[in-house]
Amino acid sequence: MARLTLDRLTMRFRTRRGEIVTALQNISFEIKDREFAVLVGTSGCGKSTALRLVAGLLRPSDGRVLLDGRAVSGPGAERGMVFQSYTLFPWLTVQQNVEFGPRLKRIPAADRARAARHYIDQVGLRGFERVYPKELSGGMMQRVAIARALANDPEVLLMDEPFGALDAQTRSLMGELLLRVWGEASKTVLFVTHDIEEALFLGDRVFVMTARPGRIREEIQVPLPRPRTVDMLTSDVFVGLKRQVMSLIREEALRMLDARRGDEEE
Amino acid sequence: MAGWLSPRDPIPRPVYLTASTITVGAILGGWVLLAASGLVRTDFLPTPNQVALAGVDLLKDGSLWTHIGASCFVVFMGFALASVLAVPLGILMGTFQLVEAVIEPVTDFIRYLPVSAMVPLLVLWVGIDYETRIAVIFIGTFFQQLVMVADIAHHVPRDLLDVSYTLGARRRHVVSRVLVPGTLPGVMDTLRITLGWAWTYLVLAEIVAANRGLGYLILTSMRGLFTDRIFVGILVIGLLGLISDLIFKYLHRWLLPWSPKAG
Repeated sequence: MARLTLDRLTMRFRTRRGEIVTALQNISFEIKDREFAVLVGTSGCGKSTALRLVAGLLRPSDGRVLLDGRAVSGPGAERGMVFQSYTLFPWLTVQQNVEFGPRLKRIPAADRARAARHYIDQVGLRGFERVYPKELSGGMMQRVAIARALANDPEVLLMDEPFGALDAQTRSLMGELLLRVWGEASKTVLFVTHDIEEALFLGDRVFVMTARPGRIREEIQVPLPRPRTVDMLTSDVFVGLKRQVMSLIREEALRMLDARRGDEEE
Repeated sequence: MAGWLSPRDPIPRPVYLTASTITVGAILGGWVLLAASGLVRTDFLPTPNQVALAGVDLLKDGSLWTHIGASCFVVFMGFALASVLAVPLGILMGTFQLVEAVIEPVTDFIRYLPVSAMVPLLVLWVGIDYETRIAVIFIGTFFQQLVMVADIAHHVPRDLLDVSYTLGARRRHVVSRVLVPGTLPGVMDTLRITLGWAWTYLVLAEIVAANRGLGYLILTSMRGLFTDRIFVGILVIGLLGLISDLIFKYLHRWLLPWSPKAG
């Protein structure tokens, strides 16, 4: 059975001028247990909106999200999320940040401290337990955010361009680190990005989105074996897939550009 | 020299200290020269010497301490009362639109009323005892604090609230564990700024309705043309303001070590 189901998800917004914009239209797919699924698309295609709908932070205009067959009605600890912006609580140390969720669940102090140390260790931040976020770099903060989400033991991990604000070198290292941690924790992941290489490197399956209204244009299986390594980035399979996704996304970007030009001419 | 004038760039510590010392020195030196030159009558502008002697006199007969004590009491009571009410109410106002809708129309109106215009009314209603002075401080600070704290609470990043929901937080957790701690650095700043305003309202209150206090000292000294005592009063208020400011800076560093502003 599918772990996570997006069932005909549709999202419409009313703009300030009173027009109704369809951000997402009939998004349907299923993610299996322990699968790493990626939504990729140009900016403004609604991929982050889709993720927020799954998280329960937004309510869909139509359709529903099912977790293990049960409809989702709001945010909950079983769908942990990592954001693109830095969302560590500045008043809590690294350790306290990672313990935030378990603490709400009233998990005994010793157990949650152990779990927190495990994940802090996993993201390579041993020795930083008592440090406040203001002393961390952007990459370190995102690693803590990943540890915090995992320490809460969610059924699904949602990631909204978590490395979007980081420089290219840090990004690729973070991707590898995420795959290591994911392999170890064996979680189901739904990851959103506009970076094609990142999408193909991380995902088992990649969903390419169209823009305005956001739809699933193509579903791509990534046949690369696990564990993934950086030299796969230059393999024929990878380069071929990359070319395919790039041309799809380019078509979409051009279509968006044309649509915008049309708007301006009106 | 050019390196010291690039926008926002830090300058060497000795340069900073020298520049600050020159400012203070120039003001004091200008005062000494002006008073000693004979250009201005010393009963209008006393020499630093005269001011120091007047200060010693007031200390000796104990009246300066009485005035300081009375003023500190009034400022502290008015300010504490305002803060205790304004901080929680401000957080609620910045968090819940319903609270904002109820409170904002009133505060936005009162905030622009000059406190000085209400003093006569307060004298009629409350009398000329210390309650009136406390009320003046309260009115002068409470409404400003309320709006400032509400704005701070309103600007706690939305993503911090969202991430706590995805970690299993309920609405009450979001208020108590995210919004309240998230506003603390801003609240500390607000308190520090409004305490300064409280001191300025104090003098207003004491000039109108008091029988002791630093403002009262200044007023009675004016009647006797004791300009040296007026200077003592003004300098002591400045000094007390400076001390309270330093206390807040220290408290910020000590209570909120995680705050980016705590250095």
